[in-house]
Amino acid sequence: MSLPVRRVAAIRDGTVIDHVPAGISMMVLKMLEIDGRRSNPVSLLMNVPSDKLGMKDIIKIEDRELSQHDLDRLALIAGEASVSIIRNFEVSGKRTIRMPDEFVNVASCAFTNCITFSGKEPLTHRLRVISRDPTEIRCHYCGRIQPSEGITERLG
Amino acid sequence: MRGRAGIMAEGMIQLDDFSDEEIIQLLDDAAALQDVARGERVTRPLEGRILANVFFEPSTRTRMSFEAAMKRLGGSVINMAELSSTSIAKGETLHDTIRVLDGYADIIVLRHPREGAARFADDLSIRPIINAGDGAGRHPTQTLLDLSTIRSSHGTLDVQIALVGDLRYGRTAHSLAKAMSRFGASIMLCNPKGLSMPDEVLQDLRKDGTTVKTYDTLDHVIANADVLYMTRIQRERFPDEDEYSRVAGSFRLTQADLDSAREGMIVLHPLPRVDEIDANVDGTEHAQYFEQAFHGVSTRMAILCHLLSVKGVNK
Repeated sequence: MSLPVRRVAAIRDGTVIDHVPAGISMMVLKMLEIDGRRSNPVSLLMNVPSDKLGMKDIIKIEDRELSQHDLDRLALIAGEASVSIIRNFEVSGKRTIRMPDEFVNVASCAFTNCITFSGKEPLTHRLRVISRDPTEIRCHYCGRIQPSEGITERLG
Repeated sequence: MRGRAGIMAEGMIQLDDFSDEEIIQLLDDAAALQDVARGERVTRPLEGRILANVFFEPSTRTRMSFEAAMKRLGGSVINMAELSSTSIAKGETLHDTIRVLDGYADIIVLRHPREGAARFADDLSIRPIINAGDGAGRHPTQTLLDLSTIRSSHGTLDVQIALVGDLRYGRTAHSLAKAMSRFGASIMLCNPKGLSMPDEVLQDLRKDGTTVKTYDTLDHVIANADVLYMTRIQRERFPDEDEYSRVAGSFRLTQADLDSAREGMIVLHPLPRVDEIDANVDGTEHAQYFEQAFHGVSTRMAILCHLLSVKGVNK
């Protein structure tokens, strides 16, 4: 067993997203609209050994506490991740992301002939979780299985 | 939850929403209504009720058979005019169209080019919505009438069915295959190269434990099928006219092909046909596609009675 190594310094206030499946942390940042133009300092660890996942990514975001809306969006691509809210260097609350029964207005359907693509109908985007393991998500309207590819482009 | 503000308005959007028992009940009701559909018995349980036909795409058979079904049961029908002369052409949304028709009719039959349109309408409407085809998606009343025809001929749905033609893009073949697999049928597939059944549908069938076998030519499936379900091969799926003619020719059914068919084997087709069934098949005992079209009326009568809560049609 290897000794734990602290690769990045602890943060004072903010959010730590742990157990992000290895390799998708860039997608998570995009979902959270974090890019080079944002002022919050962000630390990103990729491909860290993990007992639970084998390999994982970790994201530390300073001075930002993720909202429920953020968490819902995260569940679509990193349902296994755990979220800790940090206040004054201490964990003030832990949140385990749970995939909801339905994603409402989080992302749109992948199929361009779906009614949700008409562009003029006043509708709510609804993606229903049919199965969690393995993940199967279908559009409420057209019923098509949603591919994980390109999901960030479809986020609302 | 269905219907606006939680008001229940159970419609028919896809067959997956119905249990096996409900489907069998609908087929029983359809069988019991055949004499009414033929005009041999008069009953008017839907007198005073209005059906709205809302077709955003052209349709002859589906629209007219719903109209015949409603009228045979004593109800009335209102039809949306040609799209070019309607409020749709002025830019009205499906949302507004459905909300308005809620006030005009007791039940709404909808065909729309976009997949999921019927589900969207069902969420909005306080009236039952019947999906009469949404894009390449679902067409549950076609599937039910196919089941009705097969059960009427064979007395069971536990049969050997061969699906022939364009199995890639044909929604009719997909939903019929899934429905037949629910009732224990074995499935043979016979299609031109490049037009095979999508993996997603095959996975569903195998999940149900259904036996699915694929064949390249018609000969084997004709000799072993209880039901030969022909579908149209569309010209636009092929790069050129020669390729289309060659493929379409090899998937064309003639009277001579039926020499090896089992006794009681039925040939079905959702119609309209183009070249895939020769006219000389029409006079054989196997040809059931016009009877199948008739089942469209009795089956839709059963659906209307069910959705409008008319009891006792099966007596």
